[in-house]
Amino acid sequence: MGISQNEQQSISDLVGQYKALPGALLPLLHAIQADVGYVPDTAVPIIAKGLNLSRAEVHGVISFYHDFKTTPVGRHTVQICRAEACQSMGSRQLETHAKQALGVDYGETTADGAITLEPVYCLGNCACSPSMRINDDIFARVDADRFDQLISDLSSEEGVVK
Amino acid sequence: MIFYIPQDTTALALGSEAVARALQTAGIEPIRNGSRGLFWLEPLLEVATDQGRIAFGPVSAKDIPSIIDALESDPTSHALYQGEVADIPYLKSQQRLTYARAGLGDPVCLDNYQTLNGFKGLVKALQMTGQQIVDQVKDSGLRGRGGAAFPAGIKWQTVHDAGTSAAADKEPCQKYIVCNADEGDSGTFADRLVMEADPYQLIEGMVIAGLAVGANQGYIYLRSEYPVAHKLLNTAIDRAVQANFLGENIQGSGKTFHLEVRLGAGAYICGEETSLLESLEGKRGMVRAKPPLPAIEGLFGMPTVVNNVLTLAAISSILEQGAANYQNFGMGRSRGTLAIQLAGNIKRGGLIELAFGVTLREVLEDYGQGTYSGRPIRAIQVGGPLGAFMPESQWDTPMDYEAFAAIKAMIGHGGIVVFDDTVDMAAQARFAMEFCVVESCGKCTPCRIGSVRGVEVIDRIVANENRDNNLILLHELCDTMEFGSLCAMGGMTPYPVRSALKYFPEDFLLQEAAGALLQEAAGASLQDTAGAASQKTAAQGEN
Repeated sequence: MGISQNEQQSISDLVGQYKALPGALLPLLHAIQADVGYVPDTAVPIIAKGLNLSRAEVHGVISFYHDFKTTPVGRHTVQICRAEACQSMGSRQLETHAKQALGVDYGETTADGAITLEPVYCLGNCACSPSMRINDDIFARVDADRFDQLISDLSSEEGVVK
Repeated sequence: MIFYIPQDTTALALGSEAVARALQTAGIEPIRNGSRGLFWLEPLLEVATDQGRIAFGPVSAKDIPSIIDALESDPTSHALYQGEVADIPYLKSQQRLTYARAGLGDPVCLDNYQTLNGFKGLVKALQMTGQQIVDQVKDSGLRGRGGAAFPAGIKWQTVHDAGTSAAADKEPCQKYIVCNADEGDSGTFADRLVMEADPYQLIEGMVIAGLAVGANQGYIYLRSEYPVAHKLLNTAIDRAVQANFLGENIQGSGKTFHLEVRLGAGAYICGEETSLLESLEGKRGMVRAKPPLPAIEGLFGMPTVVNNVLTLAAISSILEQGAANYQNFGMGRSRGTLAIQLAGNIKRGGLIELAFGVTLREVLEDYGQGTYSGRPIRAIQVGGPLGAFMPESQWDTPMDYEAFAAIKAMIGHGGIVVFDDTVDMAAQARFAMEFCVVESCGKCTPCRIGSVRGVEVIDRIVANENRDNNLILLHELCDTMEFGSLCAMGGMTPYPVRSALKYFPEDFLLQEAAGALLQEAAGASLQDTAGAASQKTAAQGEN
């Protein structure tokens, strides 16, 4: 996966910035993902060298955690809670609806590159289920209509930005 | 008049930001407080008036003009009027120690915290020796609130004593305080509410823990699913550093304690303490074998206190009000208060802090008032995804660690998820296994592979493929997972599976077979289920 010279440079900078921190790898990976949008394969050798780890160790950590992505994701991440409290309030129906409405399965991104759909196991909003998260905002009592509304709000916000 | 509208995750998720904007449009700058935990009333607008602090809820932005009108004439006439906040029965009947401050004011306002007795426990602790603090914690009877319920004082004593005997005169060794804020259990939000409504209480508890055991560095390992808590904690830590409640020479005592929030990355297993430590060290969150205990060899191999948010938060009130006061709450060996989190399909969900000993039925009926859907409650799951499903026959069990253990259930972190009668318990049992597939760290074969096989076997049972033998197989698989896994992930995934089978056997059978089985006693064991199924098969064969 090709990344730009700039991204390569900012990854190197971040490695330099974090490497003295005890237990630096997770904070560093979060920082890279926040900056680049994902953790590109080309980052692995740079991280390994900077943190004095093997490439296998770095790869092992990236692949262990659900949060870290190794390919580009959509401009927005939409997470549907799959945990028990949300199930008791109809999240199974909600996830079916979400997949249909967006035309993607979990882990996939819509064709226009706008939205990546993901499962999440608990957003800690269990008294007002079902819950979903769009980027850093959490929404409660989401049914199919509310889902459609939130997604259409997202599209119109994007329209304004453009 | 002062207006309050919460900024915690649930209130925000229900539209409190829009309410705040509507207030601003009307020329009112509200205080963004934390939530009281009465989530069924969120967004809960509170107004401090001459007549007291009154509440309206649940409000939306469009209600603001009519509320402002009502405040000028007769607030009680408004449809959303809830009366004095402190008199709302749901809140009034609670015994709030940890959540005494929740919702009273801006959670990151230091002055507010100090006005409400904040940092008084720390001031006392600064006058005490480490051993005296540890003794207070022991006397309080506080047990770890993360789920395992290990006595906090004993853990602290171990860390306190670690590394001092052999080299008493040498440099004291590095020790750590780690706060487990990876609250991953479905149906739980008690840690989140502390961090979002009263973050200084957690900070205070951690500093006291540091003083007690001789640690100068603390980490809060926070799950990435809590962006609001992340922001508030970081703000609170910055302000506490500026006010010298953190950092070097705290309040002129010569004592040092640094605190940092570290973000998890979406792995449920990192709520297990050894896996959490691996993750903090920057590794895969693989569970460690114990011994060595983290209290002896924890973070970076050094003695480490790993405690849940609620355990550490309770420390500040124990130090402030004394161990005896805390110890006075509760029953048996479960002392103090329990943060019960009522969630799922429930009419009035929220945070209920009560002394140990309240029965599930009281919580479900008096507080919860039945399901959100209005249908009968069929099953509840207590203690997160690894907790047992409990049928109505068990709802008179008091909330007490030992009483729950006696019926193969667990209180865990205190979350209660309610299901109405539309729930398919076979689907829930399958989900328990499925969740273990997704979240197992992979270290133990029974957990890593057993969960995959568990999903398959449940699918075969439900599809009526060789059901009798598959039921026996599932039972044996559960044994293997329970006794062959290092941690609770593999060891307790069988709890929801077995309890679903035991108490709701009819859901695991074809419709016609289920009819016959409904006659069976609700307490039929798994073996009985297998037996009944084979009788049914035999009967079908005769036909």
